[in-house]
Amino acid sequence: MTIGLSHYLAVAAILFTIGVFGIFVNRKNIIVILMSIELILLAVNINLVAFSVYLHDVVGQIFAMFVLTVAAAEAAVGLAILVTFFRNRGGIAVDDAAVMKG
Amino acid sequence: MALQAIAFYLLAIVTIGSGLAVVSVRNPVHSVLFLILTFFSAAGLFLLLGAEFLAMLLVVVYVGAVAVLFLFVVMMLDVDFGALKQGFARYMPLGGLVAGILAAEMIVVATAVATGGAASGPREPMAALDGLSNTETIGRVLYTDYVYFFQAAGLVLLVAMIGAIVLTLRHKPGVRRQVIADQVARNAQNGMRSVQIKPGEGMGE
Repeated sequence: MTIGLSHYLAVAAILFTIGVFGIFVNRKNIIVILMSIELILLAVNINLVAFSVYLHDVVGQIFAMFVLTVAAAEAAVGLAILVTFFRNRGGIAVDDAAVMKG
Repeated sequence: MALQAIAFYLLAIVTIGSGLAVVSVRNPVHSVLFLILTFFSAAGLFLLLGAEFLAMLLVVVYVGAVAVLFLFVVMMLDVDFGALKQGFARYMPLGGLVAGILAAEMIVVATAVATGGAASGPREPMAALDGLSNTETIGRVLYTDYVYFFQAAGLVLLVAMIGAIVLTLRHKPGVRRQVIADQVARNAQNGMRSVQIKPGEGMGE
């Protein structure tokens, strides 16, 4: 039983689905939604690294690094918006976020 | 080889199990801790693949910075999380069904691609290229062919940092600050005034 590319792709697919599932079922809790986005990006990274290693091309790992960068930036800005929103509204229910438009 | 398989299945099960726990536990602090476990075991998977640099990057950047940032925010915001959990049971069956179908489809496609499709070329994982370590290989490509992308990534981080600071910076009312213009505009005429104080009343304010 050798571990091949398809095994890693399967793990990434399941992790991606868990992320989507998390967004779907935790629609009110924006912190868990942000964490689900992190899970999705982690699944993408696993895909990129697995393909990079099995296709003998290191560029995939460089893309994974850029995805990591963008994910970190997204988390920082998302949490900053969350903190500001909490200060202004006194809560973080997602339904309240509709008041932010225009 | 058997040891590698055991390590893979162990790490994969921990990754998926803790990923499920992230989205399903009630307490968000536990959720963040499970997120840290997910990233940690994913770093183990990267190590198993031979991508040591990214594994260490994942541990340092995610476990060290992003997850702790999440933990900080979750603990700082005093939110009633029980109210936020409502609707979970309502969306659970449909969400689970859609997620299961999605996962099954993606696994079928991934297996097809990996065994007979575009990615079915070399079956062996990449070994160290002519004695270079993984980090050195990445560095040689990143700082030559992808140097502009590298700079752009730095710019993204800079913008994100400025954005986060601007969003959370708050000027408290009632704090006396130095106003340079007022100080410069002050002269002998408006810098002094003479007041007639009535006996027994004082200056007022």
